[in-house]
Amino acid sequence: MSVRDFFIKLSKIDRKYIYLVILIGLIIPLIFPPRFPQKMSPQVKRVFEYIDTLPKGSYVILSADYDPSVAPEVHPMYKAVVKHCILRGVIPIGMTLGVQGAGLALDAFTEAERVLEARRDTDYVFLGYQAGGAVVILGLGEDIKSVYKTDYFGTKTTDIYALKPVKNYRDIALVISFSGSALPATWAVYAYTKYGVKVAAAVTGVSAGDFYPYIQAGQFIGMLAGMKAAAEYEDAVNRILKEKGIGKFSTSAIRMMDANSIGQLLIILFIIIGNIGYFLSRRRK
Amino acid sequence: MHISTNLWIWIQALLTLAIFTFLYKDNPLFRMAEHLFVGLATGYGLVVVYKNAFYPNVWVPLFQEKQFIFIIPFVLGLLYLTSAFPKISYMIRWPMAVLLGIGSGLSIPLTIQTYIIEQSKSSILRPPYPDLISWINALILFVGVVSVLVYFYFSIPHDRPGVKQISKVGLFLLMLGFGASFGYTVMARFSLLVGRLDFLLNKWLGIRPF
Repeated sequence: MSVRDFFIKLSKIDRKYIYLVILIGLIIPLIFPPRFPQKMSPQVKRVFEYIDTLPKGSYVILSADYDPSVAPEVHPMYKAVVKHCILRGVIPIGMTLGVQGAGLALDAFTEAERVLEARRDTDYVFLGYQAGGAVVILGLGEDIKSVYKTDYFGTKTTDIYALKPVKNYRDIALVISFSGSALPATWAVYAYTKYGVKVAAAVTGVSAGDFYPYIQAGQFIGMLAGMKAAAEYEDAVNRILKEKGIGKFSTSAIRMMDANSIGQLLIILFIIIGNIGYFLSRRRK
Repeated sequence: MHISTNLWIWIQALLTLAIFTFLYKDNPLFRMAEHLFVGLATGYGLVVVYKNAFYPNVWVPLFQEKQFIFIIPFVLGLLYLTSAFPKISYMIRWPMAVLLGIGSGLSIPLTIQTYIIEQSKSSILRPPYPDLISWINALILFVGVVSVLVYFYFSIPHDRPGVKQISKVGLFLLMLGFGASFGYTVMARFSLLVGRLDFLLNKWLGIRPF
């Protein structure tokens, strides 16, 4: 069999074998992680450094506008940002505009309680879900406590110690919308344009391309896009944990990104082989 | 290897495998898992909406604190249910009219400001730039916006000199954009699969990474 025949045959292989190769290619790095270095990309760095340099006691709204269908990408970002805020003495205010985001956000705060011994209503606040989307975003600009009369656990927001100095966006240093949909754009329209609060987006890889114009226009201060950003942020938070002598690192996003990188290499390889086979078969005709 | 003894982990793992059976072909196991997901998501959603939205925003102010002004949104909300009764279903237009009116009033000026004015401003060349890289970035953005707009401008024929070349540049840049977008999509789709595989290997089968 000539090289040409080999490539042509390879380009016509049954797709089930390709699935099998990718499955093996993804499983092996999950068991034996290659531990690729994580270099922070500029968009992620902007968000990280912004939070890192906030004065202690600042407030950041973390809106968990995602659901389990995009959790592998977005949930590690939410967990890492919650931990980062608490480690730097910044108070994260958790909320969600999507019903299913409530359980996921709660999981992130529960982990922060376990790893960092964070205290509810002192080190963080979790407001939970509120129906209304854009109306909620606008309402927070007037009075957060009138939009959320109680937090997720039923405590009156007027009674929550950590929320005492907070009235509206004027007291909020940053809003991050974690989402697998177009909701970060809604935050840009109603929170940034109307109230001037700083906004960032944490989104899935599929939707990342849609949000670059917002960064270019200064409507987002930065963006966490896809599993890569989750791994970069997780790695940066692990470094802070190491500095502070807290050994409870999270490596889920880093591990998954390693497997992802191998998978992408395989896809590139398949595309090259497929193209060589295609051109060789055309030349034969 | 420490296989999980947690019942919920087992339920999650078996349901994940049930969904994966679709890779072979559609089957009752897959449909069972799919229907279970839809039912659970709806039930969970109803409880959260009741607990976090309806109870504090409607029940407490209207029925406990006797703030009767809340009757107006409450009744308007109820009118949505008239769609189930053909004789009075026309009433659904009233809450929709209120919602559309308020929604348009709120969104039109802000949307124009956000999507058109702010984003157009950012694509206009505004020298001086601090360094060469910023200059190049600004030029690429400017050329990109203009050429892609020309590519999608169909009121003049694209075979005219000048227009043809500019629209080709626009097409080339669009292809670059689609390529980048495809790369992100591959990463996103793999992420979903890797997330499940990591759960099965790590949490269910207890295979810790070496």
